Amino acid sequence: MSEKIYGLMAEFDSPAAILHAAEKIRDAGYRRWDAFTPFPIHGMDKVMKLGNSLVGWVALAGGAFMFANVAGLIWFTNAFDYPLIVGGKPMFSAPMTFVPSYIMLIMGGAVGALIGMLGLNQLPRLHHPLFAKKRFELVSRDKFIIVIGALDEKFCPVETRKLLESIGGAHVDIVEDVD
Amino acid sequence: MADSLNIEELKRLAPPAELRRAPVVEGNQGLGWLTDKLSAFAEAKTPVWWWIFFIPAAFAATVIFPTCLFYQVFTGVGVWGNNHPVMWGLDIVNFIWWVGVAHAGTLISALLFLTKQHWRTTIGRMAEAMTVFSVMMAGLYPAIHVGRAWFDWFMFPVPNSNGNWPQFKSPLMWDVFAVNTYLVVSSLFWFMGMIPDFGALRDRSTTRIRKTIFSFLAMGWTGSARQWHNYEKAYVVLCGLCTLLVFTVSSIVGLDFCTAQIAGWHATIFPLYFVIGAVFCGFGMMLVLLIPLRKWCGLENIITRSHIDKVAKLALVSGLIIDYIYLMEFFIAWYSGDPYERWVFGHRLFGHTYMVLGWMLIGINVCVTQLLWFKKIRSNLLALFIIGVLINIGMWSERFVIVVGSLYQDFLPANWGKYMPTIWDIGLYIGTLGTFFMLYLLFVKFLPMIAISEVKGAMPEADPHHPLGGAKKEAGHE
Repeated sequence: MSEKIYGLMAEFDSPAAILHAAEKIRDAGYRRWDAFTPFPIHGMDKVMKLGNSLVGWVALAGGAFMFANVAGLIWFTNAFDYPLIVGGKPMFSAPMTFVPSYIMLIMGGAVGALIGMLGLNQLPRLHHPLFAKKRFELVSRDKFIIVIGALDEKFCPVETRKLLESIGGAHVDIVEDVD
Repeated sequence: MADSLNIEELKRLAPPAELRRAPVVEGNQGLGWLTDKLSAFAEAKTPVWWWIFFIPAAFAATVIFPTCLFYQVFTGVGVWGNNHPVMWGLDIVNFIWWVGVAHAGTLISALLFLTKQHWRTTIGRMAEAMTVFSVMMAGLYPAIHVGRAWFDWFMFPVPNSNGNWPQFKSPLMWDVFAVNTYLVVSSLFWFMGMIPDFGALRDRSTTRIRKTIFSFLAMGWTGSARQWHNYEKAYVVLCGLCTLLVFTVSSIVGLDFCTAQIAGWHATIFPLYFVIGAVFCGFGMMLVLLIPLRKWCGLENIITRSHIDKVAKLALVSGLIIDYIYLMEFFIAWYSGDPYERWVFGHRLFGHTYMVLGWMLIGINVCVTQLLWFKKIRSNLLALFIIGVLINIGMWSERFVIVVGSLYQDFLPANWGKYMPTIWDIGLYIGTLGTFFMLYLLFVKFLPMIAISEVKGAMPEADPHHPLGGAKKEAGHE
């Protein structure tokens, strides 16, 4: 196994502890780090300066795409390719196209939201260096873990370890890169 | 010092005990305990009661259901009781009934999320599962009701050698899109909600096979802040879209009826009528599922009496709206002066053919629902369970009264007839019930039946600004 380092991990006991630790890591100037928690921590996105998630835009794009396409499909099928006279109504009109287009907008938006979420999170993936660590399994239970990546410009195995220990991190440990 | 003064002040201002919100989870002993508790049932040995319910449900699903289905598909719609003039029988009654059951699930999981009701975290997942399985059952009925199921693809805009396309001006066509979208979106919503919990079960798994299966399902979920950030956004978007669906799908089913000119159907109130009826019926089903499962799965601390009480209150609210709509329907039928309308509505209660169902509708949906006003009834689980079953029967009879009761005596007496379901109608209904319960039992046994991460997130321990979340200790450091 290669000895490449993926990062350093440290464990915290409570949401408040990890939130304060995250503030200190940000103030120390680190950029490539992440907090692993059993549920979303209120305020963490502000500390990490994550901004607004792009998922909403992906969902909007999916919804708008489906809406336009279904409206177009209805025009093509019922008004252009095979004009269909039903009850003397116009071949193509807003009220008749709205309902199916709107329903498919919901479909497009929902699929967009799921695909956007998975895509932006780089899922699905079969493995992650952290899965090799036994203590990482506690993240889905009641522990809170911060990992500072080795690719960070400020990363130094000694200094970073000191920082993590000084802000109250327990079980500070090296995460090996599996590749 | 300032801190302790503040705490005294807060204690003084806190609402009295009877006005305080009930805790989401009773007897909470921390996040680790909660994780064990919530995943216990999926990891424990299968209990005997599960088999006692599973075997008959599986028999109905794998023997009765395919037998009735294949016999009908191979022989034709004639095996059912549907015949002129009642061309919509139990197939459409059950379709609307199943769509209705689905709606309360979406309402609980999506609308209550948007209105920030923390208590819904404990029952949201079970409600979503109810939605997914009942939409599956609902979608089946129109597909075979067309008679020649092998021509179902005509309903989709598929290019074909005849050069013909679906007719998009018809609400029946909109229904195809609505029900399919409902199935896809509610399944996606259900699945996405489970991804973090699959991760939790993956990390807890002790056998290799469990680890492999849950690793695949969790898709590499790590629970990083970046992942949660995108996940939460996607969840809000899906909740918003699902809420739209609650109000859309049954509205479109309602439009199928009100665009027809049959007396008893031709009313603008129908879309709303069907939405509220659907939600009411679904809350009844929710009571039927929650009350036994919370006891047998050892979840009485999680799905508390306060949660059941809230579901019962929601059933009461939707029931009252339904009662108002009944009143308006009868009033408008009388006020319209239309003899056909008056005939149909009079015969709902006093026509000798189906008056039993008409009075069941009044007796259950109007009278029994009023029992939910009383706190004594709402805290009696057995009474609530029986009321839940009755609501489902009441709503089924309402669907029957609307569909068959309006069709069997239309404008021309020469055109009158009777409808009686045959054994194949009833067998298919039993088959769908069995399939629903079989799927539900499998879900309860093998998947995270309670949203583990969501319940943990709704605990005071999860709030970094709450003393239990470690806030005070940190403040002391500074």
